[in-house]
Amino acid sequence: MTPGSLPSSLVAGATNPIIRWEWVVEEWDQVWQAIVEHVTLTAMAMALGLIVSAVLAAIAIRYRWTMTPITATTSLIYTLPSVALFALLAPVFGNLSRWTAVLPLAGYTLLILVTNIVAGFQAVPPSVRDAADGMGMSRTRRVWTVDLPLAIPFIVTGIRIATVSTVGLVTVAAIIGQGGLGRLIFSGLRRAFWTPMTVGASLSIILALVIDAVILVIGLWLAPWQRRRKAAAT
Amino acid sequence: MAIRLTGVTKEFDGASSAAVDNLSLDIERGTIMALLGPSGCGKTTTLRMINRLIEPTAGTIEINGVDVMSQSAQELRRGIGYVIQQVGLFPHRTIASNIATVPTMLGWEKARTSARVEELTTLVGLDHEMLDRYPDELSGGQQQRVGVARALAADPPVLLMDEPFGAVDPIVRGRLQDELLDLQNKVSKTIVLVTHDVDEALRVADRIALMNVGGVIEQLATPDELMRDPANDFVKSFVGEDRGLRRLGLNAVSALRYHQGPVVDAGATYDDAEQAIAREGSDWLGITIDGRFAGWTKVPEVRAARANGTVLAEVQRFDPIAQIEPSSTLRAAMELIMSSNSSVAVINDSGRFGGVVTLEDIRRALSSADIEAADGTI
Repeated sequence: MTPGSLPSSLVAGATNPIIRWEWVVEEWDQVWQAIVEHVTLTAMAMALGLIVSAVLAAIAIRYRWTMTPITATTSLIYTLPSVALFALLAPVFGNLSRWTAVLPLAGYTLLILVTNIVAGFQAVPPSVRDAADGMGMSRTRRVWTVDLPLAIPFIVTGIRIATVSTVGLVTVAAIIGQGGLGRLIFSGLRRAFWTPMTVGASLSIILALVIDAVILVIGLWLAPWQRRRKAAAT
Repeated sequence: MAIRLTGVTKEFDGASSAAVDNLSLDIERGTIMALLGPSGCGKTTTLRMINRLIEPTAGTIEINGVDVMSQSAQELRRGIGYVIQQVGLFPHRTIASNIATVPTMLGWEKARTSARVEELTTLVGLDHEMLDRYPDELSGGQQQRVGVARALAADPPVLLMDEPFGAVDPIVRGRLQDELLDLQNKVSKTIVLVTHDVDEALRVADRIALMNVGGVIEQLATPDELMRDPANDFVKSFVGEDRGLRRLGLNAVSALRYHQGPVVDAGATYDDAEQAIAREGSDWLGITIDGRFAGWTKVPEVRAARANGTVLAEVQRFDPIAQIEPSSTLRAAMELIMSSNSSVAVINDSGRFGGVVTLEDIRRALSSADIEAADGTI
């Protein structure tokens, strides 16, 4: 029985099981390509989101009054429905362009990333800054060698939350023909052939968990003093 | 003069009056000056103007004759040690790296920096095992020692300390204060220490500038002078009612004029003994052997022994009573005398008999100005 011969069946059962392993083996190239595309879109969106957030956060920290408009704008972006945004951008960039997917995805990360970067810098104890200044450390040196490292745990947390939600949102981008694993999910749903849907859905969940764990480990590696503190606490 | 403030004024934007108004103060090289006063008196502002964390509105501040405004603030600060109450260690750097902060900024070679870190670790009494740890793994007292080591790293001639021991418990605070004095004996820095704690100022400072609101110096004096001769009512009320008792803690037994008391050598004649007893109007007699206090005996025992023909050295003696060292405070001497239920403490000057101290000696010393601060002050 081939997938194509089951157009009207919506019943999962012996003839249309949740997963057919032969399909996975046979179509592995397609699955792998979807994974690669999913990771690429996520990485591009995160990279762009981080760059923009870093600039916005730097402005917000330097000029406090800008914090409110920056938060308001990024919150507004965050509330836009993703399907609508993908659809609106498709005519602008063309739905074959990656940017059509990456731009909105990056936009959704801004609120979380900016908030966390700013919180990280604000969490630097005033006494630490006072000591740094009092010892004659230049402002630039302090920002890069004291403030930034101390903000890293907050920034990493922000990156983890933003990345996990981006991995989820990438699947939605399938409606404009991007979307990595999302395309498997959509094609499975469209054809009422459960296997690609199951594979796409489970892989996107696994991907989210794996990426989250990887960033967590990188974060701990970047902040060894925190690791030691946690070890001491247990 | 190591540090000279002349007509220094600081007006903060929007404040109705100056935080520090026309303050002049000279701080001698190698001494500890405490800026003491209630909160809001401008003592911290004054301190922070010395390393330009706050820029004065008017007036000049010189360090070793050089105006602090004549160099860049960063350059200036690298040459001044800075210790604050919350320590402000860098949580993400190891203890060794924290101590090395200023040498690293100054571009010292690695070998020189790490040798200096080792040296300072020993100097402030830290375990060398701590060097690879992070600040959060250390106790508050240990962190403050690291703070002091970090401030001393590039061997600056001047050390600014803002409530350095305010965040640790009283026992640790006392120990850190003692350590600061030990350290000062070794390094002889010019130290400006901000505190609101009278006891701390009395304990560590060579001179105290007692400040009132607006950075007005109400009295500039040595700790003993401040207790003995408060300049006005503000000083009196700030230092408290128990000035006499505080002076007891400020002065050492060595500041008293020792007297021998009814004490004779074991080889003395009974006539000598009787003379000593009569001179002191005492009911006891102390015996020394080879210059060491060997014990004491009651006067009737002495007379009975004389009648028996026993030599003085063989009269039954009681163990040495309250003994005190010349470096102990008068307060400790008084406490010892009261708790030992006698009227006298014997001065044990590294094993040798130095004389005796009575409550009357202590009272007389406090009522007169004859305690010589220079060698008597702790």
